[in-house]
Amino acid sequence: MIPVIPLGHFLTVAAVLFTLGVFGIFLNRKNVIIILMSVELILLAVNINFIGFSAHLQDLAGQVFALLILTVAAAEAAIGLAILVVFFRNKGSIAVDDVNVMKG
Amino acid sequence: MTLEIAFFYLFAATAIVSAVMVISSRNPVHSVMFLILAFVNGAGIFMLAGAEFLALLLIVVYVGAVMVLFLFVVMMLDVDFAQLRQGFLQYAPIGAMVGGILLVELIMVAGSFLITPEVAGSSVLPLVEGVSNTEALGLVLYTRYVYLFEAAGLILLVAMIGAIVLTLRHKPHAKRQDIAAQVGRKREDAVEVVSVESGKGI
Repeated sequence: MIPVIPLGHFLTVAAVLFTLGVFGIFLNRKNVIIILMSVELILLAVNINFIGFSAHLQDLAGQVFALLILTVAAAEAAIGLAILVVFFRNKGSIAVDDVNVMKG
Repeated sequence: MTLEIAFFYLFAATAIVSAVMVISSRNPVHSVMFLILAFVNGAGIFMLAGAEFLALLLIVVYVGAVMVLFLFVVMMLDVDFAQLRQGFLQYAPIGAMVGGILLVELIMVAGSFLITPEVAGSSVLPLVEGVSNTEALGLVLYTRYVYLFEAAGLILLVAMIGAIVLTLRHKPHAKRQDIAAQVGRKREDAVEVVSVESGKGI
């Protein structure tokens, strides 16, 4: 079976999504929620890369790794949002600039 | 142009446009909605690549659980988002510079990579014709990658316990049942026999 979609297409889409995620972190430097969403975008781009290579090389290992990345990303989102909720309870804001009060 | 390529372009364009809207939207609720759109289109791309199980997993787990969690948090926190957008464009130039360099590098890599024939010929887990994607994934996930699978489960357990411990809050005024104190209560602590002489009060 020959892959229908060339590998370069997957890599280009993943590169654009990854860049948009990095750009989003810079653009919304104060808003932790949008930063977490940008991290999710970056992880989606990585998964698209894995799936693209898996389809191109006709290899299932890429899909197994994408599955594990999905697991870790879900755990990261849950922990990140929990920290965000606790921080909002203590400070009454979610601005990144206020987080440096935690430094020792 | 085949149908697959046309659908790939459709999904890719929608995913990229919604990713732009995620990072530039004024309202975080809209950001979450566009992130859901981006993930659904990512699931479409997975489906076109033949990873049906992961595509459906992305929709069920990501859109169904993680994005709803995001939506809960965004709507629950009473944050002045307009104030958070102060200096929105202040970091745009350096962000655009870093992002642009990264994009050019990645596109250059994507345009000029080469897979040596030895690697292309020797897959670790070659796809077998006639075996469905879910079945093939299950056959390796519980045998060859069982330790990774268990580690993933452990990570989820740690994340669950961590999230509960972080957000659990004991309210001092709330009345709760203390089962240990209930069970450990003795007769002598609770009941006192008083023999009252007749004609006198206690």
